[in-house]
Amino acid sequence: MREITASTITEQVAEMCQEANIYLGDDVINALKKALVDEESPAGKEVLKQLIENVEIARNEKIPICQDTGFAVFFVEWGQEVHLTGGSLEDAINEGVRRGYREGYLRKSIVGDPLERINTGDNTPAVIHTSLVPGDRVKITFAPKGGGSENMSTVKMLKPSDGVEGVVNFVVNHVRESGSNPCPPIVVGVGIGGTFDKVALLAKKALVRPLGRPHPKPFYASLEQRILKEVNKLGIGPQGFGGHVTALAVHIETFPAHIASLPAAVNINCHVARHVERVI
Amino acid sequence: MKVKHLHTPLSDEDVLGLKAGDNVLISGVIYTARDAAHKKMVELIERGEPLPIDLKGQVIYYVGPAPAKPGQAIGSAGPTTSGRMDAYTPLMLEQGMKACIGKGLRSAAVKEALEKNKGVYLAAVGGAGALLSKRIISSEVVAYPELGAEAIHRLEVKDFPATVINDAYGNDLYEEGIKAYAR
Repeated sequence: MREITASTITEQVAEMCQEANIYLGDDVINALKKALVDEESPAGKEVLKQLIENVEIARNEKIPICQDTGFAVFFVEWGQEVHLTGGSLEDAINEGVRRGYREGYLRKSIVGDPLERINTGDNTPAVIHTSLVPGDRVKITFAPKGGGSENMSTVKMLKPSDGVEGVVNFVVNHVRESGSNPCPPIVVGVGIGGTFDKVALLAKKALVRPLGRPHPKPFYASLEQRILKEVNKLGIGPQGFGGHVTALAVHIETFPAHIASLPAAVNINCHVARHVERVI
Repeated sequence: MKVKHLHTPLSDEDVLGLKAGDNVLISGVIYTARDAAHKKMVELIERGEPLPIDLKGQVIYYVGPAPAKPGQAIGSAGPTTSGRMDAYTPLMLEQGMKACIGKGLRSAAVKEALEKNKGVYLAAVGGAGALLSKRIISSEVVAYPELGAEAIHRLEVKDFPATVINDAYGNDLYEEGIKAYAR
């Protein structure tokens, strides 16, 4: 059986925290550059220029793209032939977050109790979604999530009779109501199916898919394009100053549903759509 | 695109000269405050106690900056969502605050209070924290250090860019933008 030490996980996580917050992925940079070409509104174009310049400043000076360096969210796919030694996975990841956020001068944005609201001071605990998979590899995806866009999220238990139209209306109306709050241009993560808890996770997972990669099923790939078109008719535009590029992408993830249910969820990401991935 | 230069503190005339959609460059001293600092200040106002900063003519920036690296004045420092401050903003305007900088939608009560008190709501580009930090010359914590990033900072800014969203005449750039571009 292959062994991985907890300290290896900690080191990788510490690096990933800094990498994701300082260097925006090429997928998002390319989407912003395309948006600058597509956008017609002068105010919208000006915003997009500033966003591209901002990404360059962050990279050159090694400072975070956005001051909100997020809740540390992880997706871990753990190969069941791998044995972790020297500590627990949760502790190893949290230690990596602690180190990465301290060494990278990243903001500590987590309060220890949701009502008492005292900052934990080290951006822990992380939110960790773990799944056991076949094989002897470990894949870690890190996606720091800003509070402003996270607040613009919703779950609705639709009726099966609401169908495709019901899902489209639910998503488009939610983006309309969110307006300028989640820092448009946004990425819209949509979950469809599963249960109340599962559908929210699907919407979150949709956000870590690289921009420009459609859903593998043609039906959902075309539904993603249809919702994107509808969202970009709303007129909100970059930062809500008016324009045609309200969203850079719509990503859908699905799961089978109960005969009585059609759960749907929307999780919005701002244009700083950070996600990095490592395979150990 | 026409840009107006503002120097803090602001007068009624400064505010009344601004219209939704105007781009401004702010220079001078501004103060930061977000959720926790607003809560503390409003509790003081309600008890009739003095505030840690004089709000007359002031500009409040809704931001929780990232920590400064050695040699930097401040870390990344873009705006946070303003709607969370809606409950506090009318009282802050009554205390003399002239402008607040954030991003995102404001409530009807805030828009009314802006008209009544001759105030203005500005947006900086959300997510452009690295770029905006370059317009901040110095940063110093002046109240509530225990709040960390949420402490009140005194910032000296030079040509800090913002856009007028809600002016003192009831205009709203977010509504105007949607009207112009929805199809």
